[in-house]
Amino acid sequence: MTSLPESTDRKLGLVIDLDTCVGCHACVVSCKGWNTENYGAPLSDQEPYGADPTGTFLNRVHSYEVQPDQGAAQLIHFPKSCLHCDDAPCVTVCPTGASYKRVEDGIVLVNETDCIGCGLCAWACPYGAREMDAAEGVMKKCTLCVDRIYNENLPEEDRVPACVRTCPAGARHFGDLGDPNSDVSKLVEERGGMDLMPEQGTKPVNKYLPPRPKDRMDRPAPAQAEGDIDVLAPFLKPVAEEPKGFIGWLDKALEKL
Amino acid sequence: MHPAPSVIIFTTLSGLGFGLLIWLGLGMPTVTGWVAFVFFLIAYALAVGGLLASTFHLGHPERAFKAFTQWRTSWLSREAWAAVAALIVMAIYGAGLVFFGTRVAFLGWIGAALSLLTVYCTSMIYGQLKTVPRWKTPLTPVLLMAISLAGGALLAGQVTEALILLPVAAVVQVVWWVKGDTALKSSGSDMASATGLGGIGQVRAFEPPHTGTNYLLREFVHVVGRKHAIKLRAIALVLGYAVPVALLLMPFGHLLALIAVAAHLAGIAASRWLFFAEAEHVVGLYYGKR
Repeated sequence: MTSLPESTDRKLGLVIDLDTCVGCHACVVSCKGWNTENYGAPLSDQEPYGADPTGTFLNRVHSYEVQPDQGAAQLIHFPKSCLHCDDAPCVTVCPTGASYKRVEDGIVLVNETDCIGCGLCAWACPYGAREMDAAEGVMKKCTLCVDRIYNENLPEEDRVPACVRTCPAGARHFGDLGDPNSDVSKLVEERGGMDLMPEQGTKPVNKYLPPRPKDRMDRPAPAQAEGDIDVLAPFLKPVAEEPKGFIGWLDKALEKL
Repeated sequence: MHPAPSVIIFTTLSGLGFGLLIWLGLGMPTVTGWVAFVFFLIAYALAVGGLLASTFHLGHPERAFKAFTQWRTSWLSREAWAAVAALIVMAIYGAGLVFFGTRVAFLGWIGAALSLLTVYCTSMIYGQLKTVPRWKTPLTPVLLMAISLAGGALLAGQVTEALILLPVAAVVQVVWWVKGDTALKSSGSDMASATGLGGIGQVRAFEPPHTGTNYLLREFVHVVGRKHAIKLRAIALVLGYAVPVALLLMPFGHLLALIAVAAHLAGIAASRWLFFAEAEHVVGLYYGKR
């Protein structure tokens, strides 16, 4: 049924740290790898070795340049996949009931045997989370690796989405965002986690942690705590304020010319 | 949005076909026998032809019957029900006119109402989408219903009604265009809200996720040149509305009527191409394409 549940028992989702993401695309590759071999139709590529390769991906990493009013621009890598919205517009528009949001954990899924490939759900999603597979003619989307997180055949540490498991920077976190005491909820609280396009009213479950302010060369580092000694500090001091020896003579000689 | 021929053909033809069914249902004109047969044949060819064209863009047309199940939430599903109901009721009503020479008035009214409802459901498939600010306005169903009623009146030979409805539809069309041109800006969605990074500074798309294209860019990011769009709008206004009105003001002749209908269809097809091609989907913001 494409009516959305009144509430879900849990809200499983991701917290993505824009401060630590290094833009390596490892999550993109592991997502494609896992999801092409497991749940549902494979994620096909068209002309993978041709002049104009395209393919289906459930997770893509954008890169943005953000220019503050003053100071240097910042480069931010931005992974984007399904946000498993509480008020998922992709579900209600589905004419066949193929799209649904699970009551037990809030995951938004597509039952591919019911999908007619009309594409309306992808039209309704503001985030570009759904992609029609060109070979299968059905809609593909992030399943939050539903076939990993409950999979007792996998070692316990692997029972998280493939993107989370593979991230070398620890920029992706998985957990229950409906439980205020979960690690992910605490992280969101502490770091000011945000929604993407809140004005669209989709109430995304996934949260993004904004980048922290960067250190600046022209500003002294924040004062160190009492007794906290930087062992490298003596070595990093300028060796000489005034030039000496040959360089000093040359400097003076050139000055006189 | 990608202006897919199947969807343009579908909305243009079925809109006109259901528009004609509305007038036939109202008994304007009240025709029987062979004349009724020809009128109903044209209406069904347009309506059913359009519906069939719409199945061409499906990934799995063989499962299309499943689209009847979710009428509680989905406008696409409601459209399927309304269309089938309208076609069945109008078929019974039409059979009375063609084969028995009798008009069962209440069946005609129900059929006309269901036909109008079908056009409304079609328009709401687009009008409901918050992701396409240009479409997300009550004016979208008004526009598509106005075009359907005006085109139907033209095709049904209701000269007085067509002379009123065609200019009305033209005015709605122009208002819809003018409002639509600022819809994305006033929707509140921009690169700052899409990325959540607006608090730091000016956001610019630095690198896309991939070197080639993808489904999202093909389907949602279609940029029409401004000059091109203005020319097409002029063509749509002249062919779709002005030419039919001018021809209706001339003494009636079947050839002139045919030209009027052909011009109207061509103009509406141009307007429908723009309906899709000019529509900005907010996902384009992630690619810096808006």
